[in-house]
Amino acid sequence: MSDEGGTIKKFMYVNRKAPYGTIYALESLEVVLIGAAFDQDVSLAFVDDGVFQLVKGQNTKGIGMKNFSPTFNALGDYDVNKIYVEKESLAARGLSVDDLLPLKYEDEDEDWAEKDSIRVVSSAELAELLDQQDVVFSF
Amino acid sequence: MALLHTINKSPFERNALESCMRLALEGSGILLIEDGVYGAVKGTAKSDLVAKAKSKIAIYALGPDLDARGISKNNLIDGVKVVDYGGFVDLVAEHSATQAWL
Repeated sequence: MSDEGGTIKKFMYVNRKAPYGTIYALESLEVVLIGAAFDQDVSLAFVDDGVFQLVKGQNTKGIGMKNFSPTFNALGDYDVNKIYVEKESLAARGLSVDDLLPLKYEDEDEDWAEKDSIRVVSSAELAELLDQQDVVFSF
Repeated sequence: MALLHTINKSPFERNALESCMRLALEGSGILLIEDGVYGAVKGTAKSDLVAKAKSKIAIYALGPDLDARGISKNNLIDGVKVVDYGGFVDLVAEHSATQAWL
């Protein structure tokens, strides 16, 4: 990464809302995509009802809203490849990682090997990650 | 005919489903819409709310809202009936009044 723009900060976007009942989820994704242009150390966290945003098989034809879940697949191309999902939030909702979008990225440090972007973490691990951030965006 | 209750909030985020279950009489109907449909899913920390009430209260979920959220019909609590927008209108017409648990 270039350092001509100054120091690189750790940015975390914390997502706690279900995808279609409010506008928070879509707005968060828009801000992530805009922010991705600034070469920062970006990660996303999905907690509480935010984990519903990543559920696969969404079909919004019947409600007349845009299905933005496919856009999560593009994050890897923007070097946004640390997507933390809280284990406890999944469990309370009867979900496992197999119910989520299979998000991937190509690791430039390992000959562009394809890797999973989603990392399921415990509450304790997520608490540590939050504590390490320079900037937190809350949605 | 009894009251129709609608719930449009996630049971994990708000207490709308809990309040409705406390105040809904036997014979009334509950229609889960928007984020309320998460309350119709089996195997969650909130599934008992609907599972316990279904013998006394008819529980419905709006199909297009299930589809939007990637919720399979196979993943619903047994006894929950799926309705479309036309069915929503029918339920409103069939009941005496509607209470929306916003």
